[in-house]
Parts: sequence; structure tokens; C-alpha cells
Amino acid sequence: MSLKDARRILALAAFLISVFWLIPYLIAVSGYWNFYFTLTSVALLSVASAGVWLTFYIGRINIGQGAFALIGAYVSAILVTKAGISFWISLPIAGLFAGMVAVLIGLPILRLRGVYFAMITLVLTEVVRLAALALPITNGAKGIVSIPLPSELSIFGIVLIPDFSAIENPKLAFYYTACALMVACYAAMYRIVNSRLGQLCRSMQQNEELALSVGVNIAYLRVIIFAISSFFGGVGGAMFGAIAQSVYPSSFVVKDSIDFMLNCFLGGLGYVFGPMLGTLVLYFGWDLLFELGKYQLLIYSCVLILVILVLPNGLLSVRLSRILWARQ
Amino acid sequence: MEQVIANGLYLGAQYAMIALGLTLIFALMNVLNFAHGQMYVIGGFVTYTFYGQFEIPFIFALLASCATLAILGALIERFLFGPVIRRSSREESTMLLAAGIAFLLDAVILLVFGEKQRGVPKIVNGVFNWDFRIIMPYDRILICVIAILSIVAFISFMHFSKTGRALRALAQDRVAAELMGVNVKRYSMIGFALGAMLAGLVGGLLVTITGVNLGMGGPTSIKAFLMVMIGGAGVISGAIAGGFILGMLEAVGLAVLSQYGDITYLAIFIALMVFLAIRPQGLMGKPWG
Repeated sequence: MSLKDARRILALAAFLISVFWLIPYLIAVSGYWNFYFTLTSVALLSVASAGVWLTFYIGRINIGQGAFALIGAYVSAILVTKAGISFWISLPIAGLFAGMVAVLIGLPILRLRGVYFAMITLVLTEVVRLAALALPITNGAKGIVSIPLPSELSIFGIVLIPDFSAIENPKLAFYYTACALMVACYAAMYRIVNSRLGQLCRSMQQNEELALSVGVNIAYLRVIIFAISSFFGGVGGAMFGAIAQSVYPSSFVVKDSIDFMLNCFLGGLGYVFGPMLGTLVLYFGWDLLFELGKYQLLIYSCVLILVILVLPNGLLSVRLSRILWARQ
Repeated sequence: MEQVIANGLYLGAQYAMIALGLTLIFALMNVLNFAHGQMYVIGGFVTYTFYGQFEIPFIFALLASCATLAILGALIERFLFGPVIRRSSREESTMLLAAGIAFLLDAVILLVFGEKQRGVPKIVNGVFNWDFRIIMPYDRILICVIAILSIVAFISFMHFSKTGRALRALAQDRVAAELMGVNVKRYSMIGFALGAMLAGLVGGLLVTITGVNLGMGGPTSIKAFLMVMIGGAGVISGAIAGGFILGMLEAVGLAVLSQYGDITYLAIFIALMVFLAIRPQGLMGKPWG
């Protein structure tokens, strides 16, 4: 047991060092600065995918994360541009707002299961896009543009986060912020999964009626999990809007919602860190295939179909099953 | 008012056909076919190619659409859905596969037909005008009539033919159907082909009115999901009811809400949420559990 713990701590340390030191170092050495944008996007998308993974954990197929990411992006953008609130305060507000919307919508739709829930969440993504087009506060199809970079965050005169527009390299700053967000998000996920709440979720994933019959308050539980999931989506979306400095109704569309779901599948639904790996592989795969021009989508989809035919339990299942095999 | 009802019926007839194919595939295989909209688009492009470019009579172009999609559907079932359903115990993996197929079909459409909006010449000219109370072009009326006739033909096929009976048995209970001597593998393939064929037929019919382009697939799938949720998944009468209800709501919404901007679908969705809170399985769906 202690050996396993030691190995885990070692893996975590290696991960943190490579994310916060090794990768910036390598980029600084190679001078390939555009790489930061890719990695920042991966980190943020994996935060949103983590939310989707959490709803999978209670046995619901969630294709509505794009909706909550869009809501989060708009809330943050409106607060920053119209109310003049600091981005760092708008970020949690965006998450909380997405969570509140999730509670309101979740109360009726979480009664649905399986394909029904998948369908309604997919429709939700489209509806939020339409709402963003129609509502006056979101500025319609023109979107909200030229959002200022995050300002400094200080408590009692101590500067915690410097003003991004004053930093010589905002790309690096965004990279660190996104990675910190990702680490915090996955730490929270790990904590949830390995807690009493996580066990209740597993009982719900296996059989809702049975869980209900032994006294699990599933109606409450599923709304809470859906709200946490949407919180992640909202925060990820808000951060994305801040990096792009603009939000449009088409910033997050059905395709993105499906991508979030695919990230979770590809990484493996049985592993907390599955969505992170899935996002990395899918995003990089898509970027690498860009060289192929118009055959990009064709090859991407063929590879996707092959993966599901060959590895129905996700990429992480390969590694873990091999370790288990070696032990036996 | 009469105009709104006529528009609603016209929209409803085509929507019902799209929903029929989706719900048939869902009932038989328990698969949510994300690629349904893309199949519809392919149907439209095939009819465009034959009728618009090669100038073959419309009816034959329509048949070519049906045949193409039926073959495509059969192949997809045979080589992709069939193996995955047999090997995995979770329904999620078929959804991933369906999403992958939707991407694949999008890529194929892009490569074969290009990304341009395509239209074909009208099949009949002239406009029906009843005292300025109902105004509707003749080709729309014709398409509407063909759609309704196809729905009737489909229902009678499902009710009175041997294949239809086998498909209904399969939808009710796979194991029981197999025990009664239904060749499950073969009829799954036929069912999928039939569902895809319906998508192709609607695509071929509508290309004469709205034209067709690459981006139509996703929104069409979403509308089909809406209809299926209204009527209840996996039930044929539900799909038809859902299609006509959505068509009617859209027509009324466009007429009544147009001064507030494009909020028809927003209103429909909110109404749907309230409805699903009361009746999660839709109008005619079976409760699960």
C-alpha cells in the first residue's frame, strides 16, 4: 500500500514539474512560442471535459457542456466589459452562474436517462447558442469583443496576480493560470471520486432504483453533481473567453459539446485523469492532421471509429490492464 | 390563420418523415443515430446530382437517393454498429461510434459534393392561391402529399408485410424475436437500411425546395431529436405526432413571435422542458425501468 502511495506521489510530482517547469523550459529553449496557445487550450478544454466526466460518473451522458461553457464565457465577458468587475472575481461568478442554471435546468431534465438525457442536453447546447443570438445583453451575432486582459488581483496591497496587460509575455501567464486551474479542477475531482459522495455516485451509476431503495437521495445527488459539472464548464468557458478576448454565440457549439464527450470516452470513463489525456490526444491529433488539408476530417473520423472498434474502454485502459496483467 | 396551419402541416409532414427514420433505428438497435442529419444531406446531394446535373427525371433521382442511403445504412450496420453492439455492454460506446460516423459522413460529403449550397429546378411551377388566405407554391403541396403518402406506405409496410412484422417483433423484444425464429442479424440490417432510406427520401424531396448544403446535417439531427423527445423515443406513432407538433409549433412561433426576434426555438425548448418534467417519456413513449 505504501509503495503504491509513494508511486502515486512520485507520479504527481513528475506531472507537476513537467507542467510548470519542464514544458515552459523546453518551449523557451526551442523558441516555439505558439505551442503555449495549444497547451493552454488543452488545459481549459480538459477542465470542461472533467465536468462531463463527472456526469458520466452518475450514469448520465452529458452533451450539453458547450452550453455551460458559453454561459460562463458570456457572464464573465459581460461582467468585465459592462460592469467593470475584475476578471478574477468574474471567473468564480461565471462558474456559479453556470451551476445555478444547471440546477434550474437539471431539476426537470435529470429525471431523464440514457439516450433521452443525451438528446436533451444536445438540444440545450443549441438553445443557449440561439439565446445568445436573440438576447439584447449578449450583443447578438456580433458578440462581445475586445475584452480587456485580466487586471491585477491584490489583497491588502499584496499583489497576488499581476496585471496581464503589463506582463511582457501574457501567453506564459495564461498558460500558468490555465494549468493551475486544471490542476485544481482535477484535484477536486479526485477528492470527489474518493469520498463518500463518490461512492454514492458509483452506487447511482450502477442502479438508481437500488441506490434509492437503500436511502441514497438520488434526486439531490444528481442535481449537485450536474451543478459541479457545469461549474467546471462555466469556469473553463470564462477563461477561454478571456484568452480569446472575445465571445461569440458560435464560440461553443454542438461540435464542442460532442468533443467534450469524446474526450471523456477516449481517455476512458473509468479513470479520473481520462478526460485530461483524451483532450490532449484529440486536440493534438486534430492539430497534427491540419497538414492534410481537406482530408483532415476524414482521417480524424476514421481514426476515431477505429479507436472505438479496438479500444472500447478508452486509452487509459491499455496501460492499466497491462500493469494488472504483469502483476498476475 | 389558415396560412399558419397550412405551413405547419407542410413542415410537419417532412419533419415526421425525418423523425420516423431516427425512431425506427432507435427502436430496433437502441442506437441514437447522430448521423441522421448527415444521411439526410447525402440524400439531398444524390438527388441534386441525378436530377439537377444529369437531368434524369425527378422520380428516378429520388429512387437513387433511397437506394444509396439504404446501401449506406446496411453497410454501416453490418460493419460498424453490429460488431460494436455485440461486443460492448454499455450504450455509451454506440453513441461515440454514432458521433464518429457523423464526422465521417460530413467529411465524405465535403470531399464528394463540396461545401457549396446546391439547388435544383422546381419540379412544378405555379402557386396555389385560395383568396389570399392560403398561398402555397404547388411544388410544396406536391412534396407534402408525397411525404404523407410515404408515411402511410411506411406504416402499412410495418403493419402488413412479413418484414414489418419481424421488425416490430425485434423492437419489442430482441431475445423473444430471436427465439421465435426471426433472423435478428438480417432484420437489424434491413431496419437500419430502412431508417437511413427514409432520411435519404426526405433529403431528396426537400432539395427541390430548400436546396442542400453541408452544414444542414447537424441542425436536422437536433430537430429530429426534439421531435423524438416530444413523441417518445422508439414509437412510430410518437415520431409522427412529434413531427407534426414541432412543425405546427414552428409555424405558429414564426407567425406570432417574429416581432420579438428569432426566439421560436427558445420558446419551444422551454415548453419542452416543462413538458418533460411532467412526462419524461414523451407523449407515447414507454416509461423505462
